[in-house]
Amino acid sequence: MNTATAFTWASLQPALPEIYLTAAICVLLLADVFFGQRRRGLAPTLTLLILVGGAFVTGEYANVSERILLFGDSYVTDPLAVLLKLFGFLTIALALLYSRGYLERRGMMRGEYYVLALTALLGIFVMVSANSLLTVYIGVELMSLSLYAMVAFDRESGIAAESAMKYFVLGAIASGMLLYGMSLIYGLTGTLRFDELAAIPPGVPSLGVILGLVFIVVAIAFKFGAVPFHMWVPDVYTGAPTGVTLFLSTVPKIASFAFAFRLLAQGMGSIATTWQDMLTPLAVLSMVFGNIIAIAQSSLKRMLAYSAIGNVGFILLGFVAGGEKGYEAALYYTIAYVIMTLGSFGVLTLASRAGFEAEDLDQFKGLHKRDPLLALVMMILMFSTAGVPPFIGFWAKFNIFQALWLTDHYWLIVIAAAMSVVGVFYYLRVVKLMYFDPPGDLPEGSASGVAVRAVLALNAAAVLVLGLVPNALIQLCAGVIG
Amino acid sequence: MGFGLLSLLTWLPVAGGVVVLLLGDRGIKAGRWVALATAVVAFGASIPLWTGFNPDTFDYQFVERVPWIPALHSTYFFGVDGISMPLILLTTLITIPVIVAAWTVIEQRPAQYFAAFLIMEGLMVGVFSAADALLFYFFWEAMLIPMFLIIGVWGGPRRVYATLKFFLYTFLGSVFMLVALIYMYMQTTSAGQGDYSIAAFQALPLGAVEQKWIFFAFLLAFAVKVPMVPVHTWLPDAHVEAPTGGSVVLAAIMLKMGGYGFLRFSLPITPDASREFDWLIILLSLIAVVYIGFVALVQTDMKKLIAYSSIAHMGFVTLGAFLTYDIVAATGKLQGATMGLSGAMVQMISHGLISGALFLCVGVMYDRVHSREISAYGGVVNTMPKFAAFMVLFALANSGLPGTSGFVGEFLVILASFNANFWYAFLAGTTLILGAAYTLWLVKRVIFGAVANHHVAELTDLNAREFIILALLAVGVLLLGVWPAPLTHVMESTLQHLVQQISASKLPL
Repeated sequence: MNTATAFTWASLQPALPEIYLTAAICVLLLADVFFGQRRRGLAPTLTLLILVGGAFVTGEYANVSERILLFGDSYVTDPLAVLLKLFGFLTIALALLYSRGYLERRGMMRGEYYVLALTALLGIFVMVSANSLLTVYIGVELMSLSLYAMVAFDRESGIAAESAMKYFVLGAIASGMLLYGMSLIYGLTGTLRFDELAAIPPGVPSLGVILGLVFIVVAIAFKFGAVPFHMWVPDVYTGAPTGVTLFLSTVPKIASFAFAFRLLAQGMGSIATTWQDMLTPLAVLSMVFGNIIAIAQSSLKRMLAYSAIGNVGFILLGFVAGGEKGYEAALYYTIAYVIMTLGSFGVLTLASRAGFEAEDLDQFKGLHKRDPLLALVMMILMFSTAGVPPFIGFWAKFNIFQALWLTDHYWLIVIAAAMSVVGVFYYLRVVKLMYFDPPGDLPEGSASGVAVRAVLALNAAAVLVLGLVPNALIQLCAGVIG
Repeated sequence: MGFGLLSLLTWLPVAGGVVVLLLGDRGIKAGRWVALATAVVAFGASIPLWTGFNPDTFDYQFVERVPWIPALHSTYFFGVDGISMPLILLTTLITIPVIVAAWTVIEQRPAQYFAAFLIMEGLMVGVFSAADALLFYFFWEAMLIPMFLIIGVWGGPRRVYATLKFFLYTFLGSVFMLVALIYMYMQTTSAGQGDYSIAAFQALPLGAVEQKWIFFAFLLAFAVKVPMVPVHTWLPDAHVEAPTGGSVVLAAIMLKMGGYGFLRFSLPITPDASREFDWLIILLSLIAVVYIGFVALVQTDMKKLIAYSSIAHMGFVTLGAFLTYDIVAATGKLQGATMGLSGAMVQMISHGLISGALFLCVGVMYDRVHSREISAYGGVVNTMPKFAAFMVLFALANSGLPGTSGFVGEFLVILASFNANFWYAFLAGTTLILGAAYTLWLVKRVIFGAVANHHVAELTDLNAREFIILALLAVGVLLLGVWPAPLTHVMESTLQHLVQQISASKLPL
């Protein structure tokens, strides 16, 4: 491809989501500077409109049916990218919608927060569409820097500042690892582009490539929050304001999947067995540690953080299984997990109110009496995350099992099955607290608006409906990977 | 083929449950009637399954098959044969007394109580109707959710422990069954056509090693559900803590799913592994019959006693099912081998009625005295003569008195075990003594004698509501006892086919 060609509309069109988002961020920034002080609801409302518009633009004008390379072949778009971007718009819209009341009550509903959220989304889009090591790196940094700032957004909170600091320092180390690994790979192969990296001869790669790969895998494991690079997850999830944790636990998971898929599955596909051997212990340790340590938690946020680690183990198993089926399973699991986590952290966010953070498990005692809708939604989500039919979480685990069978990973199946049983225990404990225990002297009634609650109910309904008729989503995942 | 009767039986109760849920506790007056109407309509709608059933074929009948998950070659595939049809009728029948028994007794969150039972009824019918393994698993697991809530919300003092134990045991058992199902699906895929239907699994040629693994994966799932020794310990806890309705459904229907699983999956899919390990199942069944019989004898809690008695009686089901190989080996004929299987089937239906009725009886007393301890009663016949008559009838049926349904199943299994091995029959026969001992001793201590205390003295006899539900079950027990032919007739061809399936080796010679 001739990179000197002047950009035309047709050549830019596939990158429209990023271009649109960049422009929209500028508009939002300006609008907030000029009108934000007088109209406090401006930023959230405008952001919502931007997201709806973005989904429309992506679906209507950037909806490619085949793989297209742009910008000196460092940018790629394909059906998978379109799906992940559309899903990104939806996820972030829901995350911001759920947390709006929360942010407002804590004086955090300022324009900058929404700008940061959108730049994080832009970073995710860049990762989703990356076809070169540098593009990925730009995406990772854009997303991470926005997230660090979001975690520290509540200036009054010492613990939030502490978690942001932890997150930042560890994240910076991971970024360094990533860059170092990339430089090794680049030095040995002479290319940054994934489609050219894919030409690495299959078999056992040279020691230098292996070394580079190790650093890259470490960085990916850090972004996913896989054991033993998970230390930041519980602290950041707990320390960040719940509304931010909601954001943090969902939107970046899409990016992590894209990160691993573009870099490992597509870029390093020819030496898959090498990195799969590295991922296997990470996946197993994540499942085991995440699920077992979650049992001992007394804070719901912390429990969900460990549950996230355990679930990451399952997503990584999809990559370990490899092949189309494996990546499909990982993609399906990611989407299912994000939908479920949106709901469960949504419940946490909505259950909080002025001067009352719903964080500890004990604060969910008798939630059924105090707020039946939230309790019902949470129950559905807990059963789903535990992997019980008829909910979507069951099919997510099911697909992983099937992918592992296809590739003869017998012991991994046994471990995964055993760990999903362990997981059931602590998810059920949440149901037990909400439904079996009497409410203490906790505040009754609801502080959240009807519209938000309706959206949350729809979220839970989606978990049920996608579980009852799972075919469409399974086929969609198969279609974009295949 | 589109949707039909079986879909109606599955989804009508679920829909009824949702309606009751929406009516809420404030609309519980209407809600109760909706619940009852749903249960009665569902039972009425299930009668055509019996009358329209063709007993001369082993093929699935009332078949519905529409695409469900084409990506996984799994279809929404319903159908019944001689094994599942009676169990579906049992399910729809038992739900009626459960609803009626809870009419005014449940004061806390009644709408959710009725809704949970209706939804569970639908899911249980789904388990028995599913002819697709993935669909089966879907219902099999989903069913745990309402039961978990029923025990946890309306149960006794140790309900949280009991319900978590119940859920974790069954979930652990089932997860490995799922893994086995996926494996078999992949075998059908490599054989050309990926297919999740149970029939395809039954036709699958499997090697000896594969069969062993699959057999034990199934064993884990079904043994927990039946439950067999040594994974039976969740049952007494769950029964004791569950509300009356929960105990009834648990004993009458849920346990049958384990037996159903053995007949539908283990035996036909892994016939050679079943042959190899039939001694294990027979051994565990006999331990259940004899040892658990003794355990039942020393119980001081009525519900616990009946729970242990359930384990012992379910031992007959697994015994009857796995005797087949020994009978074929001993007699060399396939004809006689169906006797053990039909004994197992009759025992399942009969135990469903009897144990359900006994738990209802305990519930009747518990509602009045709020104690399940045997020592809190004595001389109940003096104040509750009508109730005493029912209780004695069900107790006699439980101990296998001829003329009641309890006799037929046990008799068939014992008779079949004589064909296999004298000692099997001898040990199985001890149940006639042990069963009579613990049940009749229970009756003696609770029902007969002088009035023990002022609680018993103040008891009021059955009201019309209680009378009707107990009478309903009593009719079933007696009818099946004196005239079991209709039941054995409908399942005859299916069982003959099953014997052929399980005695034909899948291994290359």
